[in-house]
Amino acid sequence: MKKNIDPFWWGLFGAGGAISAISIPVLLFLNGLAIPLGWLEPPAYEDFFTLVKHPLTRLFLFALISLSLLHWAHRFRFTLYDGLQVKHLNELIAILCYGTAIAVTFVAGYILWRF
Amino acid sequence: MPEKISLEVLRYRPEEEAEPVYQSYEVPFRKDWVILDAINYIKDNIDGTLSYRWSCRMGVCGSCGMMVNGTPVLTCATFLEKYLPGPIRVEPLDNFPVVRDLVIEMTDFMEKLKRVQPWIVREEEKPLSEGEYLQTPVELEDYKQFSMCINCMLCYSACPVYGLEPTFIGPAAIAIAQRYNLDNRDQGNQQRLEILSEDDGIFECTLVGECSAVCPKDVDPAGAIQRFKVAATANWWKSLLMPWGNK
Repeated sequence: MKKNIDPFWWGLFGAGGAISAISIPVLLFLNGLAIPLGWLEPPAYEDFFTLVKHPLTRLFLFALISLSLLHWAHRFRFTLYDGLQVKHLNELIAILCYGTAIAVTFVAGYILWRF
Repeated sequence: MPEKISLEVLRYRPEEEAEPVYQSYEVPFRKDWVILDAINYIKDNIDGTLSYRWSCRMGVCGSCGMMVNGTPVLTCATFLEKYLPGPIRVEPLDNFPVVRDLVIEMTDFMEKLKRVQPWIVREEEKPLSEGEYLQTPVELEDYKQFSMCINCMLCYSACPVYGLEPTFIGPAAIAIAQRYNLDNRDQGNQQRLEILSEDDGIFECTLVGECSAVCPKDVDPAGAIQRFKVAATANWWKSLLMPWGNK
């Protein structure tokens, strides 16, 4: 089988699309609408803190943040590539897009690790 | 209802003009006429020099695809009435070289179609005496949708990626590959996956989805490509994590 890296990036793109499509609407609804508008009793700060501190929550947040970024990177790469027709900058665009996603993934990982 | 409707047809006669030009024709408007009827009227009654392809007039042969007001359609299945009051602009299919008037050069597609091995591949053919390969209606249903492709090339014409990257193997060829992959009599899955995982294969597609939008037979090439990407990705991880597994 010819080894090219496309399936790797596409796999992360697909995973990012799936996880963000499933979880972001829920998170937005809870934290952006239901709680601020008083439809739901807001959790006590301590409880919320304990929830986010749980290793599984941090793992979930890490997966959500990094995969969503990688989803963005792949989509944005092709948007630039096809939209601006800058074929000759293919490598540079790929490095910038995936590089940004990977860099922010590290930052998110560091923050969640230290949390 | 109008008596007449006008068609602006792209003409290109390489021996006469260096650049294509539009030519306007007035044809009778009839409610039951499709674009192809109007073009046939022009050929028979107004201008016999107009060149175009057509055959069956019933959406089966796939040869009368043209751009009508900028959208690739089968002209035999598109009514004049839809474009009232006109004029209707008729051009050869986008993304293909033009041979003459509305006739495009399709060698590239034919070559790509052949590349995906669009036939039943068997590791070993069983002798005739053992009879046919049986298939249940459920097994037929698995691939039937993709077998409806009539090779009309509207999807190539609608695909912006094919327009930018002419080496892209393209929507119909991938849908047809999927038609054979999903056929339980076929064993060529791995070979096709390798051909389609190459640089000009499935990963060129950015899921614009226009191929499925213009397909006159509801084949859904975009869906076929997505399914292929999942299979190729699974295969990629498998060969990375289990390099000792079968190639």
